[in-house]
Amino acid sequence: MKSDGHAIMSAPEPKTTVGPTRQEPFTDSGPAPKQEARVKLSTEKLSFYYGDFRALFDISLDFYSNQITALIGPSGCGKSTFLRALNRISETIRHTRIDGRITLDGEDVLALDVTNLRRRVGMVFQRPNPFPKSIFENVAYGIRVNGLGRGSAVREIVEKSLRRAALWDEVKDKLQDSAYALSGGQQQRLCIARALAVDPEVLLLDEPCSALDPIATAKIEDLLFSLKDDCTLVIVTHNMQQAARVADHTGFFLLGKLIEFARTEVIFKNPSIKQTEDYITGRFG
Amino acid sequence: MKTLTRRRKIVNAVMLSLTGVCTFVIVGILFVILGYLFWNGARYLNLDFFTKLPTPVGENGGGMANAIVGSGKLLLLATLIGVPIGFLGGVYLAEFGRGVFPSLVRYTTDLLNGVPSIVIGIFAYTMVVQRMHHFSALAGGLALGVMMIPIALRTTEEFLRSVPQSLREGAMALGASKSRTIATVVVPAAIQGILSGMMLDLARVAGETAPLLFTSFSNRFWSPGWNQPIAALPVMIYTYAIAPYEDWHRQAWAAGFVLLSLVLIVNIAARIILARSSAHHRR
Repeated sequence: MKSDGHAIMSAPEPKTTVGPTRQEPFTDSGPAPKQEARVKLSTEKLSFYYGDFRALFDISLDFYSNQITALIGPSGCGKSTFLRALNRISETIRHTRIDGRITLDGEDVLALDVTNLRRRVGMVFQRPNPFPKSIFENVAYGIRVNGLGRGSAVREIVEKSLRRAALWDEVKDKLQDSAYALSGGQQQRLCIARALAVDPEVLLLDEPCSALDPIATAKIEDLLFSLKDDCTLVIVTHNMQQAARVADHTGFFLLGKLIEFARTEVIFKNPSIKQTEDYITGRFG
Repeated sequence: MKTLTRRRKIVNAVMLSLTGVCTFVIVGILFVILGYLFWNGARYLNLDFFTKLPTPVGENGGGMANAIVGSGKLLLLATLIGVPIGFLGGVYLAEFGRGVFPSLVRYTTDLLNGVPSIVIGIFAYTMVVQRMHHFSALAGGLALGVMMIPIALRTTEEFLRSVPQSLREGAMALGASKSRTIATVVVPAAIQGILSGMMLDLARVAGETAPLLFTSFSNRFWSPGWNQPIAALPVMIYTYAIAPYEDWHRQAWAAGFVLLSLVLIVNIAARIILARSSAHHRR
């Protein structure tokens, strides 16, 4: 495992944001942010139900523009459910219900046209899920569906997206090959390229590295840093080292509740809630 | 302990030989039929069979060109009726079908699949022949088409259901609507399976005789258009096999062999398509 120096700070962190209450970011010490932190995506008292089963309890959380936010927690804690509510892909499962508010740039997500919402809020899934089409057609799919280009414009966007996903050099000579001919790590980067092709404002990643080996994982993590310039990223991960490496902010979920949300270094060095500390130190989970 | 082990071994040997015998019987029957048909049919097969019309009684030679073309026309009609209805119904059941009505559709389809083919022939007779007051290719095509619907529908449904949910989510996460997702991702992912299912379905109705007896009837001559009685291979086999003439029996054998060969070719082609699709998209 590689360790990035910036992820874990040695200075003691005085303040954390606790539970559903919220505070401005960057009130703690640490490197000054390059750009002003703006709330891109936000939830307010978000609850989620599978039929009668309540999976999420009043989650209020802000995602800051051009930052990476990690959501951690043990299996079944609701972090993936939460993520899937953000682009309303959860609606594809029947008998589910969202309570509360989600806003994207201040707009009510639950009132937005769902196809438009999903173009703006992209998603990468746990297991690579390329379409049974060529590499080119996989990336071009979103462009065509959303009518974002034709002919040579499609080719340009495909190339740009594959470059952004750091996959171009590996596939430029075999764009017409089946996407299934790629390795797992390449497939996942293809899925990222596919998501980037429609120029999303937010990218949701649901354990994107859980099916990958460490080398492929490192590539994806490097990629996430480079995407911060144009995107707001939210990553669900089982892997605490990964959260520590890549995320600016981290939220800890337990049994459908948001236990603690703070700057990543605070969560990992100086959590203010005992449950967070127990999880971080591996006492359960 | 030791006796228990021996008992197990004996039971194992008995069961193994039983399953082996049963397998051998099934495969054996198939090969006996194939071999017998080949022996009796291929001998009387010649170019005339494919190019000439049937000759009058007592005159040797002739062929069944009109019946081969007739079968083709009937199957084309059946495909035009059975495939679209079966396919779209299958898409509905797999992608939208939840609740009471779809399970009713599914149940009805299974019932329809169990309806004896002669009853479907009566249906086409009442719907078309009685109104037009004569037999026609149209009526025969309708009967075969209705017979195709249940299997076309259920294979479409099954293959669409086998498409992983993650592909649907992947498409919808890119902003594709549900219908767009179905048309551009789900159906293309399943299309080879669906196609081969349809081909097997077609091969199945290609051998149907009963529903054609009083719909398309038969014809000793060419039957232009769709509005007249038309010859078909299975009906020809039936007519020729029960006739009291030696040379008609030979023609019937040859026709049986041709029909079986066509069905086999379609069958094998369908399986090759299916095998290639699963090899290409193995995950």
